[in-house]
Amino acid sequence: MTSIKARWAAVAAAAALTLAACGDAGSSDDASDDTPEYEVEDVNFDEGTRMAELNEQGSVKIGVKFDQPGIGFRAAGSDVPTGFDAELGKILAADLGLEPGDIEWVETISANREQFLQNGTVDFVIASYSITDDRRQVVGQAGPYYVTGQSLLVAADDDSINGPDDLEGKKVCSVTGSTPIKLIEEEYGATPAGFDTYSECVDQLLNGSVDAVTTDAAILLGYAAENEGELKVVGEPFSEERYGVGYSQDYPELCEFINESLTEAFEDGDWESAFDATLGKGGSEAGDPPALDPCQS
Amino acid sequence: MSSTVLYDAPGPRARVRHRIFGILTIIGIVAVLGLIVWKLWVEDQLTAEKWEVFYTPRFISLLAEGMLDTLWIAVLSIAGALVFGLVFGTAKLSDHAPVRWVAWTVVEFFRAVPLLLLIIFIWFYAFETQLGTIAPLVIGLILYNGSVLAETFRAGINAVPRGQVEAAYAIGLRKSAVMRIVQLPQAIKIMTPAIISQCVVALKDTSLGYYILAPGLTTIGRDIWRTFDNRLATALVLAVLYIVLNLLLTALGRWAEKHITGARPAQSMENNPSVPLDKP
Amino acid sequence: MDWLTDNYVNILRGFGETLRLLGASGALALVLGTLVALARVSPVPILRGVGTFYVTIFRNTPLLVLILIAYYGLPEIGIDFGFFINISLAMGTYTAAFVAEAIRSGFNGVPLGQAEAARAIGMPFMTSMSQVVLPQAFRLVVPPMASVYIALTKNTSLAATFGIAEATFRMRGLFNDYASQMIQIFVGISLGYILIVAVISWIATAFERRWAVA
Repeated sequence: MTSIKARWAAVAAAAALTLAACGDAGSSDDASDDTPEYEVEDVNFDEGTRMAELNEQGSVKIGVKFDQPGIGFRAAGSDVPTGFDAELGKILAADLGLEPGDIEWVETISANREQFLQNGTVDFVIASYSITDDRRQVVGQAGPYYVTGQSLLVAADDDSINGPDDLEGKKVCSVTGSTPIKLIEEEYGATPAGFDTYSECVDQLLNGSVDAVTTDAAILLGYAAENEGELKVVGEPFSEERYGVGYSQDYPELCEFINESLTEAFEDGDWESAFDATLGKGGSEAGDPPALDPCQS
Repeated sequence: MSSTVLYDAPGPRARVRHRIFGILTIIGIVAVLGLIVWKLWVEDQLTAEKWEVFYTPRFISLLAEGMLDTLWIAVLSIAGALVFGLVFGTAKLSDHAPVRWVAWTVVEFFRAVPLLLLIIFIWFYAFETQLGTIAPLVIGLILYNGSVLAETFRAGINAVPRGQVEAAYAIGLRKSAVMRIVQLPQAIKIMTPAIISQCVVALKDTSLGYYILAPGLTTIGRDIWRTFDNRLATALVLAVLYIVLNLLLTALGRWAEKHITGARPAQSMENNPSVPLDKP
Repeated sequence: MDWLTDNYVNILRGFGETLRLLGASGALALVLGTLVALARVSPVPILRGVGTFYVTIFRNTPLLVLILIAYYGLPEIGIDFGFFINISLAMGTYTAAFVAEAIRSGFNGVPLGQAEAARAIGMPFMTSMSQVVLPQAFRLVVPPMASVYIALTKNTSLAATFGIAEATFRMRGLFNDYASQMIQIFVGISLGYILIVAVISWIATAFERRWAVA
């Protein structure tokens, strides 16, 4: 028995070795080529501000999503996430006088964004993070840098769903524990199907196991673009989500800094080129930059 | 062959019949496997595109990293669970009623609560701290597997013949000495198979870390299928890797059993239904 | 406690789904597990090999990985009846390995002399089975079988991220809405599971008593 097992192990190992020589997966889609570069300025901040501290220490920790193509996505084996949120992180870092390589990317999910800011796991959260009054009570949120809303992704040949009111009794997929999945069950009577990530939901939609996928239109547009001719986004957004940059309330001075940085990016075209390189790949337009909320002091 | 209550040793005619059954079984299995492979082929699941990642050196080293994380988490959890189990297992046998009662509540609670539920709760609860993602997973695994092992230890200690304990007391040993010198060494021999299968359970359950972003094989697998859109291929590879890990772990356990506890276990737990043998 | 008063309908529906999953995958596991156990104790060597192979594979693969295979593999080979059936298939085939082991240990636990004695006093095979071997084997099978089903109850929680709105899915949603009452929610949902586990233990005890040998 042992000798047979050992022989099999040897065969498997040999096979792995021979095969290892010729595999070449993932080498062609290096993501770093086509993203814009942002000018890293020499900056001076007032002594004692958080910006000066970050500039001094030469690194910044930014929380982004790792599982949302177009917004924040990290490919296997890569250290750097791609997407609109990640680009904005680079813009902010550049205004702190930091290179993209100085950024430490931390995966955040919807459930832990506030806590990550509060306990200092990250300095900024840029993770499809909607501005709400509840959240502003515990963390700072500057922006918005993008406005979207909950929408529906359905099969391209499905005419039965044209808006949230058609969802009664339909199987609708979103991430377990998220706000969108709660809304479509409680407000529109859909049957919730919870998965781990939106990509899983899209797969279930593609093979017909669910009738629709719901979350912010910005996220859904990315998937519609990826699966052109098979999936489409329908109806008007039925909520308004204003994506903001999260920061800790311990450093209120960050708000003015973020707003200035965003205003500059709106004006010099960095914001638009970041959008075009990520969410805009599917052909959707950046539109006009949203109006920023003033900072409360 | 003769050690079964179900049938006699087969004669020549039965052997022929058995051989025919055997051949039919093989034909059936080959047919089903062939059908599955053919279907997968037709559905484009067996293309190089879906599998190339698993013979690309960069991703092999990524999977190896994930495997090391899994092993490390499993070792921490199993070590912690053994300590937890030993403490609570003996506490359940304590002479003091309150100690017994507390140990019983803790053990029964963590045995009955789904591990995933427990891990999610600890993870959420730990958001306020900088515990990260590995600690909640390890704590959850220790609490659950430790509670199962506590039951195993208790049953194992109880399985030591009563007369031995009485004899030990009779020659003047104290309570702790009886436990240390007489009960535990024999109990450990009796319990080894159950402990090994609990280690396999713990190793498998490290996969639940995927839910809370903890590192490990399944989490690496998810990164890969997100990038290459090859869920089935990835899942099959993960299954093979876990099976190999678990078989190695089992073999290691058997080896340790033989070398640490002496030639043969005093009395097998196999047939002792009061001892939790194996759990999914 | 407003998390409970405002959401008890959904929580109950969640546990309803948990019980449905338990029923469907439990039934499949019982049937399949019995077949595998029969294969493992059969006189045909190849069948025994197949049984052992099945148990080795399914016992050493994490349930999570099996669910992934069922969700993304079965549809490819033309088996797709929706989330509920697919996840029941994964849980059923996984649990079947443990059911088979429980049954096999029951058969192995019946002393050989019992069957020999039955044969010696002239009982035909079927009678010795039904009167001597099976009743004793059954009694030995009940406790490990109860643990297997208790474990299955808890394993149904994995369905929370595979499209089934069961109890753990509900807890995950409540955590987001009532962050300050997390401990209560956790203990509350846990009690639901503990209740199911207690019922299974109670049934097992009743069976054991019914088949008790003095």
